[in-house]
Amino acid sequence: MSRRTSGRTVWNTVGVALFVIMVFPIFWMVSTAFKPDDEINSRTPTWFSLHPTLSHFGTAIHKPFFWVDVKNSVIVVLVVVAVAMVLSLLAAVALAKYRFTGRRLFIILMIGIQMLPGVGLVIPLYVVLARYHQVNTLTGVIITYLTFALPFSVWTLRGFVLGIPKDLEEAAMVDGSSRLGAFLRILLPLVAPGLVATSVFAFITSWNEYIFARILLNDQGKQTATVWLSYFLGTSRNTDWGGLMAGSTLIAIPVMIFFLLIQRRIAFGLTAGAVRG
Amino acid sequence: MASAAETVPRSRRRSFSWRRFARGAVPYALILPVVSVLGAILGYPIYSLVRLSLQQYGLFELIQHKGKYIGLHNFGLVLHDPIFWHTVVRTIVFTIANVGLTMVLGTFVALLLVRVSTWVRLLLTGGLVLVWAMPPVVAVQVWNWITNYQNGILNYVLTELHVGNYFQHDWYATTFSQLGIVTVLIVWGALPFVVITVYAALSQVPGELVEAAEIDGARPWQVFLDVTMPVIRPVLLILTSLSILWDFGVFTQPYLLIGQPAIHPSNYLMAIYLFEEGYFKNDYGRGAAISLLMLVIVAAMSVVYVRKMVRIGETE
Repeated sequence: MSRRTSGRTVWNTVGVALFVIMVFPIFWMVSTAFKPDDEINSRTPTWFSLHPTLSHFGTAIHKPFFWVDVKNSVIVVLVVVAVAMVLSLLAAVALAKYRFTGRRLFIILMIGIQMLPGVGLVIPLYVVLARYHQVNTLTGVIITYLTFALPFSVWTLRGFVLGIPKDLEEAAMVDGSSRLGAFLRILLPLVAPGLVATSVFAFITSWNEYIFARILLNDQGKQTATVWLSYFLGTSRNTDWGGLMAGSTLIAIPVMIFFLLIQRRIAFGLTAGAVRG
Repeated sequence: MASAAETVPRSRRRSFSWRRFARGAVPYALILPVVSVLGAILGYPIYSLVRLSLQQYGLFELIQHKGKYIGLHNFGLVLHDPIFWHTVVRTIVFTIANVGLTMVLGTFVALLLVRVSTWVRLLLTGGLVLVWAMPPVVAVQVWNWITNYQNGILNYVLTELHVGNYFQHDWYATTFSQLGIVTVLIVWGALPFVVITVYAALSQVPGELVEAAEIDGARPWQVFLDVTMPVIRPVLLILTSLSILWDFGVFTQPYLLIGQPAIHPSNYLMAIYLFEEGYFKNDYGRGAAISLLMLVIVAAMSVVYVRKMVRIGETE
């Protein structure tokens, strides 16, 4: 028994050490954001500041275009999530509840598109959107994000729709509801948690996206939050690490909150099929 | 909408009826919106990708909205460009290193999660989820700060731990070191997904079997190879293929961490090569040819994964 206990102590120690290493960059980001400049630029680091300051957050949000670009990000994300959820729920129902000719092809498309490296489509999307004068507009970015949000959402929602017991739906139809009525009254409330989880995931991927936003949006007042952050340092020689870390913290926080909320569900949605297959 | 239960076998319903036709059309009506949106916004760019790759298409043509057909000239240029081949080799080596590290470390941490006490497991999983949530652009900026040569914490810690004298060490001095730092960033960011997925798969390993093997005197690595491995192999296969695809096409981390001014043919990865040669130099035709070549390589690599997932989708 004592061997078991000591073995566990070793593993626990390794586990805690790993936790510290993994989380350190996030801790360092937040800790730096609250530190006064002299502590940041000192050669000996301060782990926890005893004189925390909010001034870097002030610098970050008053930097040109912060609010405009955050607003742009929010608009893009909301439109992408709304459109993707409505369209992909319909397709997910078709995949989960019906057998039809072309189903296999549709599945291949949904998975294949997710495999396309986004960067491979940057050039033609840029040229096509330029032709229709959609470069430098949020519409172009929204359209582009949909190509990646849709297949993912269809595939994940399919898993959630499958999880609904068939008897429930059939019971409703025996009661005399039409198929559409059954869909609305039984399926929708049951699939709602899955819908929330999937939309949060679509939210996060759109919020985090960089390369398409970087290429399709050139005007500083029309960019998204991640592009804003990537230009934060500019070309100045004296790096404002405090401001950069404060801006980073502000952009990471919404994502972290959402992720903690849905983490269990989405890990299930992504892996359930894989484990069972 | 038809209201009869759909369990009626097809063969029994012989005569044509509008009701049956309508029911058969339902799934197509349901997938139509997604198919048409994807067709419009993906089909056309893919078509124009092929067309662009056969054209002389620069800034002038972009303004004119009209390219000049030059056949396979762009492909010839790319395939005769030694930078292309060096980049392909560099990206393959980079991908192998990144995927290898991610999968080995990920499996190790997942196995560790099974062995630790509950509070450590919750702590570590919580930390992993936080890392998972970090937007790549934010992670890059934090890495920038940690590795900066003047007062980055990495140099301080390495010097204090007596690993060596890292005082004002420049991590971005050589290609090897640049891509090494990028690898650390990518593996750090990719670990949570791999660990949590493998851990979920490990919960399917029958505990009695492991115990029986241990009583029979099997060594830990034998138990892992003979009992655990067969159960988690499908998950490892899927994760490996996904990681290969992601790491082969990675752009944000290397581009922003190395920094545009320091990007150079000697440290190109595939996606950066495409971006610099096609977009940055306004040579969209050649960029399209590079894209197509890259898509072909990726498609060849993803066959295994797509086939596996399609099987799952069909059996359910």
